[in-house]
Amino acid sequence: MQLTLWTYEGPPHIGAMRVATAMEGVHYVLHAPQGDTYADLLFTMIERNKKRPPVTYTTFQARDLGGDTADLFKSTAWAAYERFKPEAMLVGASCTAELIQDDPGGLAKALNLPCPVVPLELPAYQKKENWGAAETFYQLVRTFAGPHAPPAGTKREERAAGTKARCNILGPTALGFRNRDDVKEVTTLLGELGIEVNVVAPLGARPSDLARLGNADFNVVLYPEIAGQAATWLQRTFAQPSVKTIPIGVGATRAFIEEIAAISGVDASRFLTPDASRLPWYSRSVDSTYLTGKRVFVFGDATHAIAAAKVASKELGFTVVGLGTYSREFARDVREAAKLYEVEPLITDDYLEVEAKVHELQPELVLGTQMERHIAKRLGIPCAVISAPVHVQDFPARHSPQMGFEGANVLFDTWVHPLMMGLEEHLLGMFREDFEFHDDAAPSHLGPSKGRQPSASTEAAPSPAASPTTTEAQTQLTETLAMSGWSLEAEKELAKIPFFVRGKARRNTEKFATEQGIATITIETLYDAKAHFSR
Amino acid sequence: MTVLIPTRLSTANLDACPSTTTAAPSAERFVLRERGQREVFCGLTGIIWLHRKIQDAFFLVVGSRTCAHLIQSAAGVMIFAEPRFATAIIDERDLAGLADCNAELDRVVTRLLERRPDIKMLFLVGSCPSEVIKLDLSRAAERLSREHTPRVRILNYSGSGIETTFTQGEDACLASLIPELRRTDAAAPKSLLVVGALADVVEDQFKRIFADLGIDSVAFLPPRKAADMPAVGPNTSFLLAQPFLTDTARLLEATGAQRLLAPFPLGAQGTTGWLKAAADAWNIPAEHFRQVIAPAEKRARAALEPYRLRLAGKRIFFFPDSQLEVPLARFLYSELSVDPVEVGTPYLHKQHLAMELDQLPETTLISEGQDVERQLDRCREAKPDLVVCGLGLANPLEAEGFTTKWSIELLFTPVQGYEQAGDLAELFARPLVRRTRLEV
Ligand code: SF4
Ligand code: SF4
Repeated sequence: MQLTLWTYEGPPHIGAMRVATAMEGVHYVLHAPQGDTYADLLFTMIERNKKRPPVTYTTFQARDLGGDTADLFKSTAWAAYERFKPEAMLVGASCTAELIQDDPGGLAKALNLPCPVVPLELPAYQKKENWGAAETFYQLVRTFAGPHAPPAGTKREERAAGTKARCNILGPTALGFRNRDDVKEVTTLLGELGIEVNVVAPLGARPSDLARLGNADFNVVLYPEIAGQAATWLQRTFAQPSVKTIPIGVGATRAFIEEIAAISGVDASRFLTPDASRLPWYSRSVDSTYLTGKRVFVFGDATHAIAAAKVASKELGFTVVGLGTYSREFARDVREAAKLYEVEPLITDDYLEVEAKVHELQPELVLGTQMERHIAKRLGIPCAVISAPVHVQDFPARHSPQMGFEGANVLFDTWVHPLMMGLEEHLLGMFREDFEFHDDAAPSHLGPSKGRQPSASTEAAPSPAASPTTTEAQTQLTETLAMSGWSLEAEKELAKIPFFVRGKARRNTEKFATEQGIATITIETLYDAKAHFSR
Repeated sequence: MTVLIPTRLSTANLDACPSTTTAAPSAERFVLRERGQREVFCGLTGIIWLHRKIQDAFFLVVGSRTCAHLIQSAAGVMIFAEPRFATAIIDERDLAGLADCNAELDRVVTRLLERRPDIKMLFLVGSCPSEVIKLDLSRAAERLSREHTPRVRILNYSGSGIETTFTQGEDACLASLIPELRRTDAAAPKSLLVVGALADVVEDQFKRIFADLGIDSVAFLPPRKAADMPAVGPNTSFLLAQPFLTDTARLLEATGAQRLLAPFPLGAQGTTGWLKAAADAWNIPAEHFRQVIAPAEKRARAALEPYRLRLAGKRIFFFPDSQLEVPLARFLYSELSVDPVEVGTPYLHKQHLAMELDQLPETTLISEGQDVERQLDRCREAKPDLVVCGLGLANPLEAEGFTTKWSIELLFTPVQGYEQAGDLAELFARPLVRRTRLEV
């Protein structure tokens, strides 16, 4: 048994739902109790889908147990077929149904439904959401592409001269982080390179499209957590190589283009110009100097975390102080990546462990999932979301990819923006007594900050770090009221220091004075302290 | 131009208030019973409001990753600080017998209690998986209680989806508290117990009204603190504040306490009827009762009036969700002149809802249980002006052109009592107003 407050991933059947919901013409019959229907809201509320997920639940109850749960499954599957007439049906069990061992696969087979049925075995007590999505996608790909496989060992036919190279884009699902926008971005990029997209799957594909997967020359695997397994099988079965680079960031996008050029033989040189993305120039522009060495903590699924660490370090000049993932299946890759930054990799799906780590490292920016957003909020640290699990605000109305050159622009904006806002927050704290600010004014980028409302105070865990911003602001306020220990001249000198670093200067000077046993701070002390801390 | 729409019940005639008349034995009304796919949360969901209500209680679900994911998703926006609920996720080692489930549970509970020294009461909450593998949480609770007494009281109840729907979780939770309550005997003074989680602000309003009426001994279940558990006995009369407390009411009656026959305190009429039931049991003179409630009741009616003009004649369709559907339909019909087309409820407790059911028009279809696809067909056929439904259905119905109201908000928002009557009406009016504003 594992004590869990928040989970990074749902159970594996949620992964299956993400695949089914992404596709067209597929229906999933899930043997599950009524409460499991909550999963619909993930898609209809968080992703704002206009359609219900194509899932029918048997919603068996205690009174059905031991009696006719198997019959209930069969009648439900038939009714679902009759109503939805899908091209293919997925059948499976959720955690509870797994325990009653009705074997939905066997039952569905016995029904002889007039459409292909793909039985899913997703062990709910061992595996999780991403694994479930990967397994479901793999089973679907095998079922529909399998019959078109050439005899083992067949070489791929050379493409006829003058025809465009063709690829599949694999991995985007429903509820994926910015998958919708990444697909658009990468499709456009491929189009510009002169490459035809054969099938995008699972997002938007029908079972009949999966049957055509073999027609492509190679695969672009955007999300290895979801499509890695299927891509490996396609490579083996159709001799289709996979493009391994994930085009997140300018460097990776260039590497991605080069890899595609190598596989397909297109000339990509005109896409490798420095101006393809604004990120390099924005990063070099002098006002970005203050980004130098900002300490950043990165956590997410393996693909996004590794990519984010690289962009943070090499394209924004941050210092990666922590890197981790909840995807144990990809722990090795993250361990490798962590070596580059000489940090201890954090491989865990325990939210409390991540929280403790952030607390310990006190980074200046957190790049994580919606869980880390909450951790960061609590600790008063700026944060940007880089990976699933995500919430409704991570499905923006505007086009907002993570991948490609435009994706790099988006990364620059969304990661730097909270830091700018961090500055604003300090100002707010500093001018708390100013008439324009009042005690309830929260940093604007944090939204309505629950932590400062009395209603949430009952929630506050006995943690010293419950609201660091407020405490800090209060300290500053007290300091303003009583500048004890400062000589008049030193105080005047301090007032000349730009307001946005004044608080820090004061704190440092006082700390220095205390350490040195200086009773009255003079101009001399102020500059001694400055010299001391700038070493 | 002002349109005058008469309210369905003569509001001037309070002596005919339902609580004072014994419910007229109406002819058995037709109820459509369905047994298909239900689109309703399980009882675990109640934890989301219960943990806010009992401020020193912790809810530990013993279940699967699905259970943990359900609560997290239903809680919507995640709570800012560490919440007072968690899941002990059963894994393959527990199932394969490699680990002793009971020993594992003890370990998890001990770790939890170490982490949270502020916790005074711990609920072990059963789920489908814990029930199917027959993990005996009542024995576990006893064992752990012995170990952690007197610091923490450990209780258990089931919120599983094979046993409970959505709000039945609160019923199960409150029912688990009844055996814990101190018993009073026949010599004890007369006391009133209000049963069902209400927002603190609503509780305080009711407390003031009861005091003004002259009813001094009033307690609430659940209380805000574990230490403040009320006492019950034959001289306790109780009022249900929520319509889904079947088991809790039964167990309370078994202690000798009497349930006061009352409507539910929604809207001005509902609240008056509900308070009147208590006033009558305390033999409060009608005149004094009128005097006490008049100002608040008048405010409530005034607050409702603009919404009545807006909502009158609108046709409403309820998908089953919280079991609040019948009293809400009663409120909408009799106080706002809304026309209920279908009122679905996961479970229909005819006794507790007698007064509300009597007031619904013959033309309203009452349905119990669910077959979601068939109900959607009926809804499309009926083309109501407003659909009340769960989160899974709302956006798809909006996309089909329907105007919807999510039912879960009715549980998270203070809606009971006079001062909230206008807010309750507004919840139904807002989606319609929104539609008229948007030009895109
Ligand atoms: S229906 Fe059962 S398995 Fe599903 S979340 Fe509720 S208790 Fe857990
Ligand atoms: S104190 Fe001012 S300068 Fe220093 S990190 Fe904060 S915002 Fe930046």
